[in-house]
Amino acid sequence: MNRAGERLYNGLVKENPTFVMMLGMCPTLAVTTSAMNGLGMGLTTTAVLAMSNLFISALRKIIPERVRIPAFIVIIASFVTIVQLLLQAYLNDLNKALGVYIPLIVVNCIILGRAESFAYSNPPIASLFDGIGMGLGFTVALTCIGIVRELLGAGEIFGVHVMPDSFTPIGIFVLAPGAFFVLAGLTALQNYVKIIGARKGKDMSRIGSGCSQDCMNCDVKGCGKRKGKSLDEGKKPPKPEKAAGEDKKEEQEPGMEIPDLRIIDLTKDKK
Amino acid sequence: MTTVRDLLILLISSSLVSNVVLSQFLGLCPFLGVSRKTNTAAGMGVAVIFVITLASAVAGIIYQYVLTPLGIEYLQTIVFILVIAALVQFVEMFLRKFVPALYQALGVYLPLITTNCAVLGVALTNVQKEYGILTGIVNGFATAVGFTIAIIILAGIREKIAYNDIPKPFQGMPIVLLTAGLMAIAFCGFSGLL
Repeated sequence: MNRAGERLYNGLVKENPTFVMMLGMCPTLAVTTSAMNGLGMGLTTTAVLAMSNLFISALRKIIPERVRIPAFIVIIASFVTIVQLLLQAYLNDLNKALGVYIPLIVVNCIILGRAESFAYSNPPIASLFDGIGMGLGFTVALTCIGIVRELLGAGEIFGVHVMPDSFTPIGIFVLAPGAFFVLAGLTALQNYVKIIGARKGKDMSRIGSGCSQDCMNCDVKGCGKRKGKSLDEGKKPPKPEKAAGEDKKEEQEPGMEIPDLRIIDLTKDKK
Repeated sequence: MTTVRDLLILLISSSLVSNVVLSQFLGLCPFLGVSRKTNTAAGMGVAVIFVITLASAVAGIIYQYVLTPLGIEYLQTIVFILVIAALVQFVEMFLRKFVPALYQALGVYLPLITTNCAVLGVALTNVQKEYGILTGIVNGFATAVGFTIAIIILAGIREKIAYNDIPKPFQGMPIVLLTAGLMAIAFCGFSGLL
């Protein structure tokens, strides 16, 4: 049971997918117009993540190495469909509010990233708790961002009016630009923590910059081997003899770290 | 039946008014990741136009002629993602074999598009809004054009920002996100168009 607790702590705090690893930014920006939507999206993702982790882990000895990514995607998409149908049946308001972002959970980096980096190489129970921990970390993050945006944009939290009447809501925070501004503030804060930490000589390498790169190139821990052809490295396109559904990610060596974005900037500019 | 006028309105609304990146947050990863140089951004944009248009056509046809007759519309998410992944691979192989010139131009960008959520997003939106095949293709094309406009503008601004003196914590992603936020405000102005 200790291991389960450790996985939960890992997902919630140490490797929080949003605040530490910066993964899955598309849903983070899109659905956090209110705290309720953020919470709903977070819990939906948690359910999918926990179940897909459990199943992938249980099937890890059966799924062949070469076709594992398509297999993962099918498993994840099945659970997303199940969850979507359940939401339609029992929580239709939430389903309408989240709209197309529910089926888009399939392409959320966090889920495929955890399948690849944890569930495929660990036993089912640990994977289940890893999924729950990561999912709850994501939920907490989305709810926090949702609270900030709802508070500034509408003066409410979970639909309850909390700000004094003299407060004029800054409407832009519940609109699309507000999402970018909040995330900009968040990444700036993260950079600040990184700079301070580096000055004190702490190891800050586990703090990722996630999807600031293309999802497929995103090379921080969560996405591990999910590395496609990077533009930055100027590699030749993949060989044509690969099967259609198969991804090219496995050609890449795992664990190649891209420590900092600025390094990539430099190499690109030299060309 | 949809008229040409409806299609033109859809073209403007999908590309500018509800821009795929700046108001729907789809395809954010390549938008932020491949926008450092204008020419790479343009290449990515053209590849996205190509793939999204094709994918919305194929997804529309499969939905209408395979999933609906069999009564298995609920499998759309699974089917679409597999179709898109396979499609990108086939397009890549086809171009490499038969249109090497185009492959030279787009080849590097194609593999990057497989997990672009905009592709799946457009296919699903077409189904949700009950667009026909032709309307779906126009919607896909317009969405991709909107993506291309946004990514090229962002790349242009980023080329200029590179020479600015930005506070250290804001270097890298934060300043790009702020830029994107300001662009999103500008694109809000298009809502008066229709």
